[in-house]
Amino acid sequence: MAGQTLYDKLFDAHLVRTNDDGSSLLYIDRQVLHEVTSPQAFEGLRIAGRKPWRIDANIATPDHNVPTTERSAGVEFIVDPVSKIQVKTLDENCDEFGILEFKMNDHRQGIVHVMAPEQGAILPGVTAVCGDSHTATLGALGALAHGVGTSEVEHVLATQCLITKKMKNMLVRVDGALGVGVTPKDVVLHVIGVIGTAGGTGYAIEFGGDVFRNMSMEGRMTVCNMAIEAGARVGLVAVDQITLDYVEGRAFSPKGEDWNRAVEAWRSLVSDEDAEFDEVIVINGADIEPQVTWGTSPEMVVSVSDQVPNPANETDPVKVDGINRALKYMGLKADQKITDIKLDRVFIGSCTNSRIEDLRDAAKVVKGRKVADNIIQALVVPGSGLVKTQAENEGLDKIFIEAGLEWREPGCSMCLAMNPDKLGNGEHCASTSNRNFEGRQGFGGRTHLVSPAMAAAAAVTGHFIDVRELLQANG
Amino acid sequence: MNKFTLHTGIAAPLDRANIDTDMIIPKQFLKSIKRSGFGKNLFDELRYLDEGQPDQECTGRPLNEDFVLNKARYQGASVLLARENFGCGSSREHAPWALEDFGIRSVIAPSFAEIFYNNCFKNGLLPIVLSDAQVDQLFIEVEASEGYQLTINLEKQVVVTPSGEEIAFDIDGFRKHCLLNGLDDIGLTLQHADEIKAYEAKRKAEAPWLFGAIQ
Repeated sequence: MAGQTLYDKLFDAHLVRTNDDGSSLLYIDRQVLHEVTSPQAFEGLRIAGRKPWRIDANIATPDHNVPTTERSAGVEFIVDPVSKIQVKTLDENCDEFGILEFKMNDHRQGIVHVMAPEQGAILPGVTAVCGDSHTATLGALGALAHGVGTSEVEHVLATQCLITKKMKNMLVRVDGALGVGVTPKDVVLHVIGVIGTAGGTGYAIEFGGDVFRNMSMEGRMTVCNMAIEAGARVGLVAVDQITLDYVEGRAFSPKGEDWNRAVEAWRSLVSDEDAEFDEVIVINGADIEPQVTWGTSPEMVVSVSDQVPNPANETDPVKVDGINRALKYMGLKADQKITDIKLDRVFIGSCTNSRIEDLRDAAKVVKGRKVADNIIQALVVPGSGLVKTQAENEGLDKIFIEAGLEWREPGCSMCLAMNPDKLGNGEHCASTSNRNFEGRQGFGGRTHLVSPAMAAAAAVTGHFIDVRELLQANG
Repeated sequence: MNKFTLHTGIAAPLDRANIDTDMIIPKQFLKSIKRSGFGKNLFDELRYLDEGQPDQECTGRPLNEDFVLNKARYQGASVLLARENFGCGSSREHAPWALEDFGIRSVIAPSFAEIFYNNCFKNGLLPIVLSDAQVDQLFIEVEASEGYQLTINLEKQVVVTPSGEEIAFDIDGFRKHCLLNGLDDIGLTLQHADEIKAYEAKRKAEAPWLFGAIQ
């Protein structure tokens, strides 16, 4: 019999029962809640007279709607009345049910997918859900994490289980090493370009190979975060010493004898050598260059040295139509050089790229330089209060501010523009977020997805440039 | 949850691949804490020419006359015909809520994004996967004849065209059962509470650090 994949192991270890029709009831160890997808779930519990199955499995924080400007006056002073209601509703629901919440001005507040691993609330080997598709991020720890809808949030609150079907297994193996100036974000954008936005639908993707083995936890989180942009609900990286070093000593990590027991259990959280994957994609790490999306889907991505595609080179009519629509929306011309695209705003943040390493990467590029004149705004939004403090202790905030970037309070911010941070109609943004959909960052806004280093390079030059040129100039 | 058994309604063709959840319901409308009232902002950026605001009255906003659901012949449509990877992007259940509130009961496409597909079933909305060729055929037929209606018979698992042609589709047995009977998943799962408790006791013994740590 063939060995098991990491996904198979995690799935089997949490299986409560298999129903007659093949669907499974999977036990969920952790649920992370935020203000946008939870209110209707709590309301549903109340209407049905149900109570949460296990209070201590849940952790909450507001992130999507919170302002990122000075906000010490508290929730009552959120200007947008509808945002205020959502954040207050989360506070009230957590207070009523006794769920641990890091409220807006708690220093542990942050974007759910940054906060949860940082606290040790998500550990290797756990199953987790969150009402957000980027929950795949947490798979970087060797955890089985599913993004779910509000009905499923309610279902997990009420039953501690998720009804699911076993997915197929895909291995994305990136061999060798990355070049200087090439980051985890470039890797995952490149992968999405190769397999397409629906290429991972129905699969759990495990990221393997030397590139991921040598990647930091922050980088692994960036990669797993965008599994969903390749259509996969689940992204995973096997547990190794890097994982254990990251987890040790965090607030909710096991301590003492429990730690030793946990480590012993976690060491098996790797795919067996003879495990069979339904699909294997192999990429050479050295072939990956800094990436830039030019269109309105994350698969519309090229290297910074490339050009905007020409629909004349495409035969599939649905694709031609897609390229033409994207060119029109983005205000770009076929065959235009990527480095000729001028930017209006820069956004460094989001659950994809707001961790300490991301901020260090960006700071290294802007240090001693100034934001270009044509850039209306360049935002740096740390992923959590703890990331913000650490960055400030390292002096990164000063580097950003001196260069002319704005240093903000943690939250989702301009990634989806539910708070006041958004693009104007027709503006181009170099963004470290995860989606370049039409209108995502503001009505008529034009998003280009890039790494933090590439966003920083765009900020100081005003257009896209291969960040390696600036890094070389740094010496 | 609404039952879904047999439904006949006007089909509207949305001829575009990768319709994402930001298109289905833009983020400014996600701030409601209710499940209803999203229909007027379904496809807001495609449907209206101006930028929609939450709590705004939508009658009187300038319409994009080229958008399929604004065309006279598709008024009252309840079956949406779409292209591949429909519903990609976020996990927001506001997307099926908006479709359902608008009056859409079924979406037919060659493929769906997974989370969206799941979310539909929780809201009495039936997503149907047909082959590329079958979807192409329906696009051609619906565009050729005004007032084109499709009948969806969930019990028999067929889409019936006006000519009486029956196109079979697959659906998971559990989901079919829940939709046909309007069953609530939570109630069904809680029938297995003893098994959940037994699993939980085993889990607590092997990983005690996952219990009581967060409070």
